[in-house]
Amino acid sequence: MGKTIAQKIFASHLRDTPTSENMVLDLDVVLCHEITTPIAILDLMEKGMDRVFDPGKIKAVIDHVTPAKDSKTAMQGKIMRDWAKRHAIVDFFDIGKNGVCHALFPEKGYIRPGYTVIMGDSHTCTHGAFGAFAAGVGTTDLEVGIYKGVCSFRSPETMKISLTGKLGTGVTAKDVILAIIKKITVNGATDRIIEFGGPLLESLSMAARMTLCNMAIEAGGTSGICPPDRVTAEFLWPFIKDEYKNLDEAVNDFKKWHSDSDAEYVESLEIDVTALPPQVTVNFKPDQVRDITEMEGTPVDQVYIGSCTNGRIEDLRDAARILKNRTIAAGVRGIVTPATPLVYQMALQEGILAIFMDAGFCVLNPTCGACLGMSSGVLAEGEVCISTTNRNFNGRMGKGGMVHLASPYSAAAAAVTGVITDPRKFL
Amino acid sequence: MKTFGGPAIFLDRDDINTDEIIPAKYLTEISKMALKPHLLEDLLLAGKPFDNQSEAMQKAQVVIARANFGCGSSREHAVWAFEVNGINVVVAQSFARIFRQNMFNCGILAIELAQEEIAALFAMTGRITVRVDISEGMLRAASDDPRQAELRFSFSLNLFDRDLVSAGGWLEFADKKY
Repeated sequence: MGKTIAQKIFASHLRDTPTSENMVLDLDVVLCHEITTPIAILDLMEKGMDRVFDPGKIKAVIDHVTPAKDSKTAMQGKIMRDWAKRHAIVDFFDIGKNGVCHALFPEKGYIRPGYTVIMGDSHTCTHGAFGAFAAGVGTTDLEVGIYKGVCSFRSPETMKISLTGKLGTGVTAKDVILAIIKKITVNGATDRIIEFGGPLLESLSMAARMTLCNMAIEAGGTSGICPPDRVTAEFLWPFIKDEYKNLDEAVNDFKKWHSDSDAEYVESLEIDVTALPPQVTVNFKPDQVRDITEMEGTPVDQVYIGSCTNGRIEDLRDAARILKNRTIAAGVRGIVTPATPLVYQMALQEGILAIFMDAGFCVLNPTCGACLGMSSGVLAEGEVCISTTNRNFNGRMGKGGMVHLASPYSAAAAAVTGVITDPRKFL
Repeated sequence: MKTFGGPAIFLDRDDINTDEIIPAKYLTEISKMALKPHLLEDLLLAGKPFDNQSEAMQKAQVVIARANFGCGSSREHAVWAFEVNGINVVVAQSFARIFRQNMFNCGILAIELAQEEIAALFAMTGRITVRVDISEGMLRAASDDPRQAELRFSFSLNLFDRDLVSAGGWLEFADKKY
């Protein structure tokens, strides 16, 4: 019987099988940020275990609240800084160079096909876009990862989602993943990996694939995963060009991380996106999703464009297409946070930040900030935000606030009209 | 082996997420104890805010809920918030993967029972105390209402998770073994 991508990665990284249901994997990369790592660091210090398994395989960033907003977040940053220095962790991104982890680390070329990746952050599944097994874990798993370079998993099964058809104007990967979560529900992928495939996937950029994989966790998925192909190789080329003679060689090599034709899936779905309209969430669960046409006219107080889901340059370009020569509706607050310094610079050079500012947006530095209600755009009770982020849980962006998840096009359209609006009117 | 159980509190909802268990604004804390007053602060039950300061909540050592408990964020703070409030068992129809692993990694229990068994627990009258015996794989729910008979359910723990609980958690286990 053939193997799935994930099974091939597991087989090549297997350290131990403590039971037939469990596996302990060797890790290629352990990613760290300042919210879940400091407690791990302090615990390791307290237990006399303050070591790192391989400083070159640890990548760290301060991204959730940056610059620090108060003494507590300042201390979280300091613990990270001191630790990175103490252990000679070279790939540590502090203020000025920092950005949202799941946008920054791929941009640096740290994630490669066939890798095993963990981070103390549920949206680590984003990195599966590169054909890696990437899973969010808690602080204890992170701690063991830092200290021993291993992580345990109850062996997940793989479900396949084949994407077919053609995306309509104004419809994006964000709309596709929202439609998928609606279909399979918030626990439809629990203890499963979602392997994306199909002809549409081959045509999607790495940014779009990251958007898809990013929200696998909103269906309970352990990871999303995409077969690495020419698009992947082109994205990674600056980082792998010394390892391969040419791009074709890399593309061929990546095929070893494709599922076999006779691989078995626990479930297979085919989704034709041709007739899919833009999607938006309603209420407090990410599977509560409607066609935007059903939600039009819902007033919004704030529009938030950014995050590990949709804060990349492609996303900002989408929003700017609608915002160009238009202004934010009266009474609406617009916030954009380019996900990384590189995205910020590109947006600056392409004139996109000028479009946002002319429209009346506040341009923030790269940070997770308001996505999880920690800083930089927290909602007041009773307020409504249309957001390009990934969670609409009760209280997520501030106690008593309501979050409608949508694409950058849909967020930009709402900024212009002040109400949820089908963005296709502007395209 | 350590014993698990105590007075139970019932949270009658599916998909209770980690943001509801401990809101992100408290993730700036670097001490687990600081999370104590904020457990379940943003929980909505039947659309209404949950009273996390009630007497039943203060006494609870066991949480009983429905399906997909602990979905959302990876924050182990959700598990610690239970731990520092004296809660050592969560019983549910199913768990989100990361939350479930975080529970066992901390050496405390996430026990899955069938939907009808969870329904039977919710249907019990009186104040409920739950006792869990890991070696027997048995959960007993007793009521202070004399008309309510004790309910017993067998459960199975993943053997590796059971070893983690015995070892006191994953760090201790991994430190010895890898």
